[in-house]
Amino acid sequence: MAQSQEGFLSPQTVLAELKKNAVTHVLWLPDSETNWLYTLMKAESSLTLVPVSREGLAFSGAAGVHAGGGKPVILIQNTGMLESGDSLRGWGLSLNVPVVMIVGYRGYTRHGVNTDTVADYTEPFLMAFGIKYFLVERDSDADRISIAFEESRKTRRPVAVLVGDEYHGFN
Amino acid sequence: MMQTAEMLKVFARHRGNAIVIPGRGGKHWIGMSDKPNRDLPMGDPAMGGHAMFGLGVALARPQDRVILFDSEGDLQMSMGVLATIADQAPKNFYHFLLDNECYATTGGQPVPNAKNVQYDEIARASGYQRTYAFTSLEEFTGAIGDIMSQAGPVFVAMKVMPEISNEAIGRRPRWQTRSRTQVIDDLQKELGVAT
Repeated sequence: MAQSQEGFLSPQTVLAELKKNAVTHVLWLPDSETNWLYTLMKAESSLTLVPVSREGLAFSGAAGVHAGGGKPVILIQNTGMLESGDSLRGWGLSLNVPVVMIVGYRGYTRHGVNTDTVADYTEPFLMAFGIKYFLVERDSDADRISIAFEESRKTRRPVAVLVGDEYHGFN
Repeated sequence: MMQTAEMLKVFARHRGNAIVIPGRGGKHWIGMSDKPNRDLPMGDPAMGGHAMFGLGVALARPQDRVILFDSEGDLQMSMGVLATIADQAPKNFYHFLLDNECYATTGGQPVPNAKNVQYDEIARASGYQRTYAFTSLEEFTGAIGDIMSQAGPVFVAMKVMPEISNEAIGRRPRWQTRSRTQVIDDLQKELGVAT
């Protein structure tokens, strides 16, 4: 972490956004991009980390946290988001759950051709469900995370943040 | 096997001030609950999510007991949730399972290996410290006081009679009196945590 964070998204930045937006519970399934963020979150006493075994469970868990008055965030990869379609519909959209899902944008690249078909389906999936989303690639994009939280609060709907820095993001 | 409605009548005497997620028992519970604003009759937003929903409520409300009536078809869809619950180990969470050995709402087809799955053993092997299994109302009635007097998480598997429906979903009488979003809004108002 010695080099400048200007060019990519640092885990410290993501954690600061979670704290700034008063998140209480992180429902997550780790992916290859989130290990440093995990280490930081674990050390943060204001956050309860709730690991799930399948991404769809993050949506029903988030609905429960919301019902009880907490503020959940979902941290998953785009592969798992696609797997979670009906949970997103039933436990997120149909219950008006204001939750931000921070989604690792596996396979995405701004330059050249996507390296994994899941990247090709990610944005069409979100559009099909009518989910607003924000692309975040570096620290200078971090304010978009707060914008996503505000959008979610205002609309009482899930909103996605796509982390489009697969090889540097969070690591 | 026991009747869900009879079991819920027994449970109701031990509810106290707990938040109750009645799951597939909702249509019976709605007529016997004395604290409807502390109930979360969610119906079936998306199958496979009830246990995680209950855990979420329990984690957000550590000061309140949370009672979940799960079902075996739902749990089979997401068995990994047992490990997550055991990992979080919420002391306020009481996980009851209504096992009717079938998908009653789709005509009564058996769930996989319906008669042989020992859910209490799976829960114990997943890390629940206290697990129980009951096949009769008498056994359940004798034990429920002790179960509720101890800290969670606890898992209670119960064999219940299937209440099979073959009606098309659109033609079934609705037992819910509130929408799911209204149910959540009412609980949040009751708890003073409106978001």
